[in-house]
Amino acid sequence: MTPRRKRMAIALGLVAVVGAATALVLNAFQSNLVFFYTPTQIDAKEAPSGRTFRLGGLVVEGSVKRTGVNVAFEITDTAKAVPVQFSGILPDLFKEGKGVVAQGQLENGVFQAKEVLAKHDENYMPPEAAEALKNAAIANQKTAATLVSAP
Amino acid sequence: MTLIPEIGHFALWLALGVALCLGVVPMAGAATGRRDWMGLARLGAYALFALVTVAFICLVVAFVRHDFSVLYVASNSNTALPLQYRIAGVWGGHEGSLLLWVEMLCLWTVAVAAFSKHLPQAVVARILSVMGLISVGFLLFMLFTSNPFDRLFPAPPEGRDLNPLLQDLGMVIHPPMLYMGYVGFSVAFAFAIAALLGGNLDSTWARWTRPWTTVAWMFLTVGIALGSSWAYYELGWGGWWFWDPVENASLMPWLLGTALIHSLAVTEKRNGFKSWTVLLAILAFSFSLLGTFLVRSGVLSSVHAFATDPSRGLFILVFLTVVVGASFALYAWRAPTVGLGKRFALWSKESALLGNNVLLLVAALAILLGTLYPLLLDALGLGKISVGPPYFDAVFMPLMAPAVFLMGVGPLARWKETDLPSLALRLRWAAAVAVLASLGVGALAGEVRLVSTLGLLMTFWVVGSVATDLWERVHPAGSSWAEAPAKARQIPRALAGMMLAHLGIAAFCFGVAMVKTYEVERDVKMAVGDTTTVRGYTFTFGGVKELQGPNYVAMQGQMQVSHDGGAVLEMRPEKRIYRVQQNPMTEAAIDVGVTRDLYVSLGEQVEGGAWIVRVYVKPFIDWIWGGCLLMALGGWLAVTDRRYRLKAGAAA
Repeated sequence: MTPRRKRMAIALGLVAVVGAATALVLNAFQSNLVFFYTPTQIDAKEAPSGRTFRLGGLVVEGSVKRTGVNVAFEITDTAKAVPVQFSGILPDLFKEGKGVVAQGQLENGVFQAKEVLAKHDENYMPPEAAEALKNAAIANQKTAATLVSAP
Repeated sequence: MTLIPEIGHFALWLALGVALCLGVVPMAGAATGRRDWMGLARLGAYALFALVTVAFICLVVAFVRHDFSVLYVASNSNTALPLQYRIAGVWGGHEGSLLLWVEMLCLWTVAVAAFSKHLPQAVVARILSVMGLISVGFLLFMLFTSNPFDRLFPAPPEGRDLNPLLQDLGMVIHPPMLYMGYVGFSVAFAFAIAALLGGNLDSTWARWTRPWTTVAWMFLTVGIALGSSWAYYELGWGGWWFWDPVENASLMPWLLGTALIHSLAVTEKRNGFKSWTVLLAILAFSFSLLGTFLVRSGVLSSVHAFATDPSRGLFILVFLTVVVGASFALYAWRAPTVGLGKRFALWSKESALLGNNVLLLVAALAILLGTLYPLLLDALGLGKISVGPPYFDAVFMPLMAPAVFLMGVGPLARWKETDLPSLALRLRWAAAVAVLASLGVGALAGEVRLVSTLGLLMTFWVVGSVATDLWERVHPAGSSWAEAPAKARQIPRALAGMMLAHLGIAAFCFGVAMVKTYEVERDVKMAVGDTTTVRGYTFTFGGVKELQGPNYVAMQGQMQVSHDGGAVLEMRPEKRIYRVQQNPMTEAAIDVGVTRDLYVSLGEQVEGGAWIVRVYVKPFIDWIWGGCLLMALGGWLAVTDRRYRLKAGAAA
């Protein structure tokens, strides 16, 4: 091979490696994005079934029920609540009335959580949960406003 | 009330002044050729270090003496907190960890000042100036947005206590190690900027830079490993890597640092890859800064996210933009003059190293995409998403597998041009060993699976290649065995270090493959007297009893474990409530072994005095961290090589 050809071969090899890597990355990326939904969105049937997503909000007071390793509770954004099923050990900072984010799939209106996320700090609110509460509060205000302005 | 916090605060302002002088005067001196200005560089570095150290000691004293009139101390300490955690509390929160960061930066600056006697004065002046400028940025950040010496009036009688998760020996040393690594890349960065400015980018430059980069990389390796093992034993769910944004933030600089180390080898030995090496040096430090931004701005939902305010994030973002923008502009301006270096053939050591560099860089960029994309969407108001471990697993492993393959080939390939058939012939034993051993281990473990076989192939391929390399050096064709010991002693330390580090990768791959494939995780409900059997280990639950710690109360589980009816061992997992913050904390009980860890942690109490208990058996998990330790030791061995000691001085 001439030096020119060698350089071409190296360049082509690099392009092939980078190209393959990019294809791999984008493909994995497409199929592994986890979207976030609020209880209100789930109530409005906006959440997909058969696909993993995240659900955030507050744990409803008095909703936590344990049977063996299975636990059922509800997550609310103060407007709507979604029942959640989880099997296993909940994080230390999981408490009724506190913020929570769960990851899993929706099956027949019940959120089957694969993972319930833990946080370091008791006063720390997961941004997703905070967002859900804020959206619900804004929606509330809007409904209130329409109710008032309606004749 | 004492004046000590005021002294610390004042020292930081003085340090800012000194850092400004250090950043400007020697640089101007190097540009104009004024020796007296350049001569100020070392003095400035020592003064800066002294002042920041005074500030650091002041904060330590405030912690040790329970000075709750300092807001930061009141939020991160408590009179019941044991002394070692009061000291660790200095870097337990945002403000203090920044101070630690700056202290580390000054330590590196002083080390450069002390161990650079053999370098030309202009080079030293430029390097120390660049490091001074970085200090300016961080000091400004600390003084304007996150002052650790802010007072609290009236002083509370008691502090809020250190986060219980951080009250742990691993957490005492993890941040300093990690920061030494992060900040250490600033040295390679400063060397690169100095070389771009001075136009003296050659193999001598690479030889100066190499030990510094390796030492920083070493600290980063140990720091990441410590963080990972801390997550394993302290978070209570037995995982060792979560692809958490903050973990990614430390892995990206590590990948780039690894690429840099290899690229520097080409620059030193062959005077090649020069602009590439400089680019990597800039990128490695930029990713360290980006990591700081990710961790410290609180923009990410992560286990490390503390409540933070947005002005901090903005400041770091601006700082990051200035540093990265300026250095890339300089790079674009000066790099074309650097030249490409010597030619090399398609099949050569250079090609293998180039391939490994590209793979490492692509892996770092893929992680960057997965880490930043959620941020970007959120910032644009397009909704909240997260990118989970499946993405990172799917991307990282296929990229690292060929890199590990090249790791077996590269060390045996020759510089400039290597004969492919003879290279393949030399590696035939390594390949055979890899295939047989990986299938053999699978068979021994009871089942052969694709993922584990792939991981094991990588492991034994590297082991085989290192063994071949060693064999050829100790017992070259035509030599007698009597010469072997003498030949072994002739192996330079740099080379031995490389071999050791590569064996570390092998050990790491082995641990990962074994844990991923053969671990058993079981959550079970256990009443007193219940037993459960996992992989031949029988766990018998003996109930819980209450226990008083220095600043917590604990429910301690009594778990008896026997293996195939043999010797009995007692494991005591705890559920702690720390008195001040009233947070529950799971303290797992781990029985560490070379071939397996037993892992027991308490979940919650359920009806009838029974508990939900996690019972895990993790085969060869400690090899993961053992591998990291080997890598770091390899780095150390390489740094102590004669040629750096004689010509370049020992690194820090």
